[in-house]
This record gives sequence, structure tokens and C-alpha cells, in this order.
Amino acid sequence: MISASVLPRVLHGAEGRPLTLTQHEQVFASSAPLNIMQELEKSGLTGRGGAAFPTFRKVDLLRVQRGHNKSVVVNAMEGEPAAHKEFALAGANPHLILEGAQILAGLIGAKRILVCVARDNPTVVNHINRAIHELERQSLRGAKIELHTPPWRYVAGEESALVHWLNDNESLPQYRPERPSILRVGHSPVLVDNAETCANVALIARFGADWFRSLGTEKSPGSTLVSLSGAVERSTVLEVSLGTPIRAILAAGHADMAPQALLLGGFGGTWLHGKHIDTPYANEHLSAHGASVGAGVMAVLAREACGVYETLRIVRWMANESARQCGPCAFGLPALADDLTSITHSSKDPRAAYDRLLSRCDSIEGRGACRHPDGVIRLVRSALTVFADDIAQHIVGRPCGGTQRPKHTIMIPSLEREDELIWE
Amino acid sequence: MGVVRRRSGSFVLKVNPILCDGFGHCHELAPELVDVDEWGYPIVATEPVPLSNSGVLQSARYAVRGCPRQALSIERSNDTEKPQ
Repeated sequence: MISASVLPRVLHGAEGRPLTLTQHEQVFASSAPLNIMQELEKSGLTGRGGAAFPTFRKVDLLRVQRGHNKSVVVNAMEGEPAAHKEFALAGANPHLILEGAQILAGLIGAKRILVCVARDNPTVVNHINRAIHELERQSLRGAKIELHTPPWRYVAGEESALVHWLNDNESLPQYRPERPSILRVGHSPVLVDNAETCANVALIARFGADWFRSLGTEKSPGSTLVSLSGAVERSTVLEVSLGTPIRAILAAGHADMAPQALLLGGFGGTWLHGKHIDTPYANEHLSAHGASVGAGVMAVLAREACGVYETLRIVRWMANESARQCGPCAFGLPALADDLTSITHSSKDPRAAYDRLLSRCDSIEGRGACRHPDGVIRLVRSALTVFADDIAQHIVGRPCGGTQRPKHTIMIPSLEREDELIWE
Repeated sequence: MGVVRRRSGSFVLKVNPILCDGFGHCHELAPELVDVDEWGYPIVATEPVPLSNSGVLQSARYAVRGCPRQALSIERSNDTEKPQ
């Protein structure tokens, strides 16, 4: 048993290679069988995929659904380009993910576990594949585990897009008007959970809720994975207990200790001003600054970079990653990118572009089938408040070093065939 | 058609943004509920309208029927209804 106050928890593994099944059983030897449903409720575990929805309520909802062929979908798609937590998780201990999925399958009565890993992450695919084969050799009881490898796209990691892929091999988000919406593969309900959530479920089932709650804050207990990138010595994934001051996380990751701003949550997240780095890293404290933990991305923006320009690069990439199903997203996000371009690069009338940007943000918000446009708008709005001074300088036409000699601190995947992909 | 319906509760016009292709018929048929943005896609009012407001309900029905992509639907909610 791992003692309660020790980190890492989900990243606990051997050096260099992931744990095998026998090692996993040795390291995570549990004491006594627990009532898992009760422990899950007491633990207060929230989903680690970004929305922070209480896992217990999701399981409870799925468990009363009817269906003979229910399944559990493990979302290890790693949609965020700046996130590497599934990579770290599968590299440390893939059995923890699979065990958590099996426990969830037992709770809701699922017959199948569908592990979804993007085919562009071959390392993760190999680790998971090997773990599945190892489980099969031991012929363990429980649900049947399948590995699915959809192509990597930003919106392909969205849960309805994932289920759409499992149904029809199309990674497109679906329109779900009913609340709460239940996703179905075929006719049977599925429970979609992030891989990190599954790993935490396995830990709770082994060691109990009190053990789990010994780290973290009252409202957001436990530990979480932070993908640190940007102006850091080396991009890393750290496991921190929720409520750790951001300054301590930056110090642990050898980051720039006086950053201009931090990108929190992911590309659809928010900027946090550098003066707030003493805020505890937990949703209830970050929400005062409009930010949230999200998918655990923390990208550090260096002092010499231009925040508005980095936002523009992210928005342009996100506009390209739109599935182009809904008009407000397909046309609106490129329009937002154009407005930001005319603000950052001296154009004819940057002030009009600024006003247009604000009105477009209001008109696009909440009108897509998925939350992709809303995430971009959240990012743009937070950039407008955090980098308000910079934007004022850009609008009056003062030169900005960040756009002249770009020093890109946020890693963004290059746009392939940009001219073909941008919507006419 | 001669059937007396009790008009209590409210309704919201909902658009499926994936099906919608921005034909703009709904804006023509129900201008009090639907506005269009600069690309011609509908901005539908989100606050519930009481069902007793029969003129708006009728134009919402026209919009639902007139949509070439069948992307619109009327969603009723009875939470404001008081039992009689």
C-alpha cells in the first residue's frame, strides 16, 4: 500500500518502463474489500477530463439505465496538444487505468470496456495493448477490454465525438439537446470517463475514500496531473495534490518563476495573470480569477513573449480544428482569428476590429453542438482582460517585440495543408 | 382543429446547429424568436415563451415546418405550470 500523504499516486511506477501486472499487484496491494459505491461517493472524485463533473453522480446515473450491453469508454485521446498526461499515465502504470475501468464496469454492469487512444500516440497504444494482453493471459474475470484507435483531432476527444466514432467511425461531435444526456453505443448506454479518472477510481477502490481525501482540498480532494509546458526547462507531467500553490508547481517543474501569464485548462481554457501565481491550484480558488483546472494543462508564457499574439496562434489553430458542422463555429472562429490578426498586426482600423471581436464573441457563444467554440471564446475573453494593456498598445499602433521577432512559447502543432483546411 | 388545449406552461424553440445550414427561413417565419448572425445562421431566443402567447407559438410552428433541413423543434416545459 502506498502511504496516504505520498505523491506520486497515479504516476507511481517503475523507472523507465511501465509496471507489469504482477508488479502492479505487488505495489498496490489492497487491504480489505470495500463498498466501492459508498467510497466513491465519500471520496468526492471529480472527472479529470476538464469538466470536473462528480464521478459518483455519473456512475449513479448510468447504473440505473437499462441495457444489456452497456460499456465503459476510457477516454485516453489526449485532445489537448499541450497535455501529455495520458502519455505519462500509460508510461507509469497502464494497469491502473484498466483496473479502474473494470471497477466502473462492475458498478454499472457493463460487459465491454472500450479504451480509446489516438493512433498518433503509438507509445500509449503499445503500453495499453501490452497491458490488455497481459490481463488476457491471466484470464481475469470481468468485462472484455477492447482497444480502439481513432485518429487524433482536437474535437475527436470530446465524448460525443468519441461515441460517434465507436458507432459509425466518424469522429464528429453530436447534438445532444436532452439533459442529462446519455451517450449510447448501439442502443446501450455508455459511461465515458477520462483515463486519469479511471486510475483514481482504482486507487479509491483499493485504499478507500479517507486515503484519497488525505490530499487535496475539502472541495476538490485528491491529486491531479499537470502538464507543464511553455517557458520551462523541459516539458513535464507532474502529479500534484489539488490546492498546491501554482508557484510551488512552477518551482517543481523548473519553470520561469516570474511568468507573464499562464495558460490554464487547455487551449479552450483561460489565461491567468502572472501576478496571481500564489493562487492554490484548485477550482474553487481559480474561479475567482475566472480560471479552472480543466484538463490539467499549464503553459507558461515568458515575459518577452506577446500574449495577444500567442492567443491569436491558438485561436487560429483551434479554428482549423473545428469539425465544421455548425455554422457559428465554422465561420465564427476564423472570423475571431481574423479580428485578432488585425489587432496584433497593424491594420487599417484595429479599434473597429476590437469592437467586432467583442460582439462576435457574444453572438457565437453557446451556439455550437459541442463546447469547442465556447472554449475558444473563453480563451479570447480572458486574453482581453489579462493582456488589456498590451491590446491597448497594439490598438494605438505601438510596436510589439513579440510579433516582430516571434518567440513562440506555447507549442502548437503545425497546421498541415492550412490553405486546404481553412473554411472558405 | 377544434380541440381545446390547455395553454399552460411554456416553450422554447431549439435549433440543431449540426443540421442547420443557414437557409434563413426561420428568421422570415418567426422573426420575433429568431435573429440571424452575420453568416446567416439563426440566433434563437433562449428564454421560454408562455404557451398562451398563441401568436408566437404559431409562428414558431411555421418555422419548424418551414425549415428545409428540419433542424428546428419546439421544446415544451411544464415547470411554470400550476396544477388546476
